[in-house]
Order: sequence, then structure tokens, then C-alpha cells
Amino acid sequence: MIAIIDYGVGNLFSLSSSLHNIGLECVVTNRREIINKADKIILPGVGAFSDARKLLAKDGLDEYLIEQAGQGKPFLGICLGMQLLFDKSFEYGEHKGLGLIKGEIQPIQTQFKIPHIGWNSLSFVKDDLLTKYIKDGDFVYYVHSYCAVECDDALVAVSDYGTKVAGIVRNKNVCGTQFHPEKSGEVGLNILRAFGEI
Amino acid sequence: MITKRIIPCLDVRDGRVVKGTNFEGIKDVEDPVELAKFYNISGADELVFYDITASAEGRGLFVDVLKKVAAEIFIPLTVGGSINTVDDFDRVLKCGADKVSVNSGAIKNPSLISEAAKKYGNQCVVLSMDVKRIDGKFTVFAKGGRENTGMDALEWAVFGEKNGAGELVVNSIDTDGVKGGFDIEMLSAIGEKVNIPIIASGGAGSMEHFDTLFKTVPKVDAGLAASIFHYRQIAIKDLKTYLKNNNIEVRI
Repeated sequence: MIAIIDYGVGNLFSLSSSLHNIGLECVVTNRREIINKADKIILPGVGAFSDARKLLAKDGLDEYLIEQAGQGKPFLGICLGMQLLFDKSFEYGEHKGLGLIKGEIQPIQTQFKIPHIGWNSLSFVKDDLLTKYIKDGDFVYYVHSYCAVECDDALVAVSDYGTKVAGIVRNKNVCGTQFHPEKSGEVGLNILRAFGEI
Repeated sequence: MITKRIIPCLDVRDGRVVKGTNFEGIKDVEDPVELAKFYNISGADELVFYDITASAEGRGLFVDVLKKVAAEIFIPLTVGGSINTVDDFDRVLKCGADKVSVNSGAIKNPSLISEAAKKYGNQCVVLSMDVKRIDGKFTVFAKGGRENTGMDALEWAVFGEKNGAGELVVNSIDTDGVKGGFDIEMLSAIGEKVNIPIIASGGAGSMEHFDTLFKTVPKVDAGLAASIFHYRQIAIKDLKTYLKNNNIEVRI
């Protein structure tokens, strides 16, 4: 079973529906005993980094998630949930992240429009379990103004937006997608399917 | 590279899809869930649902429709119609909407844009505007195009961007339903003023119209249409293949 972490940010209806759609059991929760029993964890998130970070720190949920990730459980951060996995973010100030992946979150440096909204193609940097059912060049749906930088070791796939945007990242059992797999049609479902099989 | 988006729009009243010409003469078309599924497999890049229901019962039906769509279709969903408060945002976001489009509600209460952006993020707030030429000036209309607000469309677009709108839908009343092409002049004028993604609406009648739109107004990110897709005059798949063959980046 997959635990989708509910810490008061965003709409989790589509995410849980998409997992159900591909036959994966999941539960939306912030309760430790349920997270502990789950064999995988998804950290979702939309909105501002600092607000989300504060909500996550409530009752020490952040420390608990770091501990769970440390046990080797497959862990997937989505969009802001991915950004939270990094060391720090520079969105409106400087904020500490969960420190599960090396790198930081900075404004997207591009001549194109911000936010980066829409369908962009993925270029694979290296092989990964998450990409086993999709192919290089497949399109995924992005909505964001900040992105992960200085994370070269963690890069699995990138998208070109006048700059290289980190699309999929991984450090051991902890991985993340900047785009929304639950909004990326069949390609996104195939990424979630692959995560479910890890 | 990021692609141009093709977005079918579904006007929903009492749980059914409708589409009018020049906002009048509305006629029933199809079941929204079935139509949404059809568009999804056809390659639509996102779906827009406008709730044009007047009654409370109808609003309940709309929410049911939205939930059903969001449970089965995994592409972005934008919802608009009768969005007047932050609570209205909450109501539709909980049912699976990703973005919420505000129109008359923001005209009545402009701080709705910034309040919603603060709470849900800019990416969630779509400012939709119905625009018509009045004495040669692009003017914003409210209430589905029935009421002249006297507001300058360019100023309103700039205000929206400054206050946290993440995208702009520009619907030309002058070209809507006429199928003679998008309102290139209006879209160019607004495109000059803002730097957020622009979704062009009103006037699509052929595949060439989309090609002209994306080539003449590069600042336009997406083309939105209703009747040409509902009545199968253009298949989204064919349209995207056509655009790709004309060197426009699309998701296929």
C-alpha cells in the first residue's frame, strides 16, 4: 500500500484516483502508524515552499518522513513535494528542505515565460526504474516557477525550457518528479505504475 | 520544448454539455463525462469546464460531473463559471479541478484574484475575459458577454497578471461562434502587455486557423474551442498532426 502524505497542501483527489485507476492501493493520511505500515510513500504538494515546509514540520512529521526514507522505503515527491526533498529552497527567502537529495531550489532561469506551464518532453539522463514504461521524448505536464539545480548526480530526466529543467531526480530510494504524473495522461500513469512496482 | 496546447471547452448546464453561438441559442450536445473521455483519448492537452447553471440543484450536478471526470481522466482540468469567492475555489478544487477560472466574479471583486493566488498559488488562478470592440477599444464584458463593464481589456489583463493570475483566457466576443478564425488583432494587443500564458478563445473554424494563430501570435500558448470539436468538424488528433507537419510543437 502507498501512503499519500496529507499535510494540508493541494488537491489529492486526482493523485489517489490515478493510483486507483492503475490498480494501486493507496491511502491519504498524516498518521504515523499508517505511514509506518505503508510500503511506499508519496509526498505531494502545490503552492509556496515555505508554507508547505511549515505545515510539514507540524508535530514533527518532517522528521518522521526523513526516518521512513532512511529505512529504504520507496519515496516519491511530486512537484513541490519533490522540491521539499532537496537541501534548501530560495523561494521568497532561504528555507531548509528535508535534505534527502543533494541540491537546491532556485527560480527557473529562462528567457521564456514563468511559470513553466504545459506539456514538455523528457530527455533521459540515465536509466531508472521509474522510466521503464516510458520512452525518451514522451511528454509530461509541468506547472512551476522554481526548479532544482546543482543536483547533477541525482538527474534521471530533464526537459528543455530555455534551460535544463530537472524533470525526474533520484537519490537511492528517494525520487521525485517536478511535473505532475497524475496529470500527464498515459505517460504519467506509466511512471506511477513503475513506482508501484519498485 | 514546451508544446502549444489544444483545449476543448465544455459548457455544462444541469449536468449536460451545451454550446451556443455568440453566447445565444444554446443547444444540448452531449454527456460531459463521455465527451471528456473522448477528448482525452483524442489527445486534448487539457479540458475546461464552464458551469453555466443558474440553480443550486444544477450546481450539485456539476460537482458530480467534475468528480466523475477527475476520477477517470488524468490531464489538467480547469473549471469556471459562478466563481465569486475563495470558497468557490475550494469547492471545485476538492472535486479534482487543477485550475479555476474567474471572470465576472473577479470583475465584481478584483481582490478575488490575489486572495486566491495567495491561498492556492498563481498556477491555480486563470483570469478569463470576454472582450469586445466598443468604439475601437477592447472592452471587457461581464455575465457571459451580456454586460459592458466599460473596462479596458489591456489594463484588466495587466491587473490580473500583477495580482497573481497564472494564465489568461482571452475570449473574443466579436469572433466567437463565427468560425472565421481567432481574433489575431486582439490577441496580439493583449500579448504585448502580459507575460503569462495566453489561451486564445473564440473563432476557431478550421485547422488553418490554429496554424495562423500560433504563427502570427507566438505569445499565445494554447487554442481553446468548443463547437468544432463537439460536432466533430475537426478531430483533435488530425489537428495536432496537421500542426506538427506545419512545424508547430504539439504533444502527439
